[in-house]
Amino acid sequence: MLRVDVDRVLGAFAIKAAFEAPAQGVTTLFGPSGSGKSSILAMLAGAIKPERGHIAIGARVLFDSRSGVNVPMEARRIGWVFQDSRLFPHLDVRRNLLFGLERAPESARTIGFDSVIQVLGLEHFLARAPRHLSGGEKQRVALGRALLAQPQLLLLDEPLAALDSTRKAEIIPFLSNAVRQFALPALYVTHSLAETVRMSDHLVLIQNGAVAASGPPAALLARTDLPMLNARADTGALIHATILERSIAGALCDIGGAQLRAPVDGAVGERVRLYVFARDVILALQPPVGLSVRNHVTCRIIALSARAQGGVLASLQAGDAHFIAAITEGAVRDLNLRTGLDVVALIKASALEGGTRGLLDALG
Amino acid sequence: MLTPLEWDALRVSLIVGARATVIALPLAVFLAWLLATKRFPGKSFLDAVVHAPMVLPPVVVGYLLLLFLGLRSPVGGFLFEHFGIRLAFTSGGASLASGLMALPLMVRAVRLSIAAIDPGLDVAARSLGATPFDRFWNITLPLAAPGIVAAAIIGFAASLGEFGAIITFAANVPGETQTLPLAIYAALQQPDGDLAALRLCGISIALAIAGLAGAEYFTQRQRAWIDGDTRTFDAAR
Repeated sequence: MLRVDVDRVLGAFAIKAAFEAPAQGVTTLFGPSGSGKSSILAMLAGAIKPERGHIAIGARVLFDSRSGVNVPMEARRIGWVFQDSRLFPHLDVRRNLLFGLERAPESARTIGFDSVIQVLGLEHFLARAPRHLSGGEKQRVALGRALLAQPQLLLLDEPLAALDSTRKAEIIPFLSNAVRQFALPALYVTHSLAETVRMSDHLVLIQNGAVAASGPPAALLARTDLPMLNARADTGALIHATILERSIAGALCDIGGAQLRAPVDGAVGERVRLYVFARDVILALQPPVGLSVRNHVTCRIIALSARAQGGVLASLQAGDAHFIAAITEGAVRDLNLRTGLDVVALIKASALEGGTRGLLDALG
Repeated sequence: MLTPLEWDALRVSLIVGARATVIALPLAVFLAWLLATKRFPGKSFLDAVVHAPMVLPPVVVGYLLLLFLGLRSPVGGFLFEHFGIRLAFTSGGASLASGLMALPLMVRAVRLSIAAIDPGLDVAARSLGATPFDRFWNITLPLAAPGIVAAAIIGFAASLGEFGAIITFAANVPGETQTLPLAIYAALQQPDGDLAALRLCGISIALAIAGLAGAEYFTQRQRAWIDGDTRTFDAAR
């Protein structure tokens, strides 16, 4: 468990953020540019000193303003991957990778050189100079270098922001696999909804230097009362699905109490993430007859929220799955939609985005 | 081919230049690092002091050295009594004077190359567990290497040409402190010294050309070292 509670004024901007993150998996700090996400990471790393607060990884306190604890950055053992990979230009890839490993305490060396090379696919780059690597390759090396420093926490500060969507789609599996394989907690800072949907095991929403909300990503993204999500044109729901059956047209997926047809890749039994745009969900009071839409999911309305740009967002729940539907005020009035009402959500199979590339293309 | 006096002047020039460079280079690197990366009270004062030899007349620098390090001054007297070190009117003093004159030029060269290093690399090295000295030695120094080599070349060249500070602090002693410029000056003081002065000028010019060629060779070597991996990479493709 990672505990963070930090206050700091930076110029005209105040950061006052408190959250917890699980001991394993990716916790995403999602928020608009300039919301203070990277500064929070810098405080965790020890590059910015909070004016007040507490930072601890499990029982190990890194910073505590009351007891005066402030472990220096070089002793924190926190791996930090930057947007600009910051590889050492005078060292080849191998020397870059070994930089942190050589400086890690002998007793803490559990992440091996060979396993990192293999997980990140770096075999062919070892003798190369950083400037002969592509952007995606640089980020893989930077991630490997951070992992080999034997960190207790990994900080990923917009690691994909400088890459185009093809490169992003290439590198995301490396990121996910590395975090899973080495069983580390990772904090992933991004302003990209697609990366948030694809990467998060736990989600913290950051706005104006403070935590707007935190929790499981699917439940959080389905909330319609949070302004930073509510007003987005691409607002929608994250659905964890398990593939039940495959056909040429796509897959039949179990989403925890209901089933959906979606054009996703993956083998039977595989867990995939689907994203359903609120604008692609239609609500009906009864199951419709004679309609081409394949996905009919009976849901309960758990909240209705007005949007700043007009219209209403309905937050829906079906078993364990959450959806959002974007509808008009007129529809709410005419169908007499209200909290607690059971409705049928109609979703075109082709509107479901699964797979990293699809998400990146759809959400940017 | 050369007279003993000319050999002496050439030898003294090279020794004084080399020693001045060796004395001033570590100090220049340290000062450049301090001025390029640190913020501390009195920084602009230190900056001004480092640059003073560049803007002061060299004779003033030589005279100030004489005041502080001459045998009758407290510091100079102390050094002589306790360590037997005598700087005024010696070859060591000539090296010190020309090193001090070259220092600002050397600091500027190193400082530019340190300032050009992405400060993010230092943060990255720190997050990977590198202590301040570790980062200076393994990140800053190698990345500033081109500037440091340039500083050494500039320092050596400036020392070869130094006149005022040396003649004031170390005097014009043949075989001891008489570098080529001082020998030329001495020759010109003689009624029939024109030819001798001309020959010494020729030696100076030859030395300068050799120095330029040497500097060019080093620059090429350095570029080849930096580009070395390019060729391996291209060959691998």
